[in-house]
Amino acid sequence: MQVEDMRLDGNAAAGTLREIFALDVTAALAQCACCGTVAPMGALLEYGHGMGVILRCSSCEAAVVRIARTPGWIRLDVSGIAFLSIPDSPASA
Amino acid sequence: MIPEVSTTGLTPPRLEWRVATVARVHDETPRARTLVLDVPGWPGHRAGQHVDVRLVADDGYQAQRSYSIASAPESTSVALTVERLSDGEVSPYLCDALGVGDGVEIRGPIGGYFVWEVAQGGPLFLVAGGSGIVPLMAMLRHHAAALASVRAGIPVRLLYSARTVDDVIYREELAALAAMPEVRVSLALTRDAPRDWAGFRRRIDRAMLEEVGWPATEMPNAFVCGPTPLVESVATQLVELGHDPSRVRTERFGPTG
Repeated sequence: MQVEDMRLDGNAAAGTLREIFALDVTAALAQCACCGTVAPMGALLEYGHGMGVILRCSSCEAAVVRIARTPGWIRLDVSGIAFLSIPDSPASA
Repeated sequence: MIPEVSTTGLTPPRLEWRVATVARVHDETPRARTLVLDVPGWPGHRAGQHVDVRLVADDGYQAQRSYSIASAPESTSVALTVERLSDGEVSPYLCDALGVGDGVEIRGPIGGYFVWEVAQGGPLFLVAGGSGIVPLMAMLRHHAAALASVRAGIPVRLLYSARTVDDVIYREELAALAAMPEVRVSLALTRDAPRDWAGFRRRIDRAMLEEVGWPATEMPNAFVCGPTPLVESVATQLVELGHDPSRVRTERFGPTG
């Protein structure tokens, strides 16, 4: 099985993201800090594994969001996001 | 003057696990079963959203999976259609062990990207592989629940690939939907087809997308769902055919096909 077959969309991480953010961020627009591409978080490429989630840019494959679970902690690295625009109602999405 | 606090933003409640009760079960195909759940306090959902399902063993071991919602937002219950994966941890339990009256832990609705509402308009081009039909069925049911005058302005084309005719989920309902003037359903069977089969007998390819889909000039909203290889090849081909990538939304189900 190819690693490419394993990848999902950022949408698949929506439940985990809702544990962290007060709003749904899968429709939010994230600008990749590496290449500047702007895309909905739900359209990022998700690579899940036992300990957490990595969301990668669909253009340059840089890690945009990293979420790791360790006992008692959720650890979030969003240094791959230069700017995040979050719709505050479904109608704006 | 003190500015008023904006009240336009919906602030959804924290995502919490709830115990849903199985109200009905229905076998769609030999490998897929629909569970109709009563969920106390369900806040409603949008077509295309999913729920997380959590199973907890007696020793505390937990397994969690995401399942798309099949029912329309207009429905008061929540229907999930689950494909049984023979080596799965969760789907065999949901398909074989869970019965009417049993409880199951879910949280949702989840996701705001792979969703479609009537207000987003059309035309709509839905492409599914296997159980990828499930969230698209919620969109079709949502569309069917709209006023006829609204529906008339939102033509829909569905292209759905399955292994054999017996693997076609919602077969009768899709045939009924296809009788509506604004809905066209095209089926592709990839492994085995009856002798009198009038649909496609191959995997979804670029020629098929051109033949049954909308031209890019119609600016359809496209939703593609299924196994990751199918979703990626269809999305790439749609963009090659001139569709705006921002109008091609995908939901990859992973390697299962």
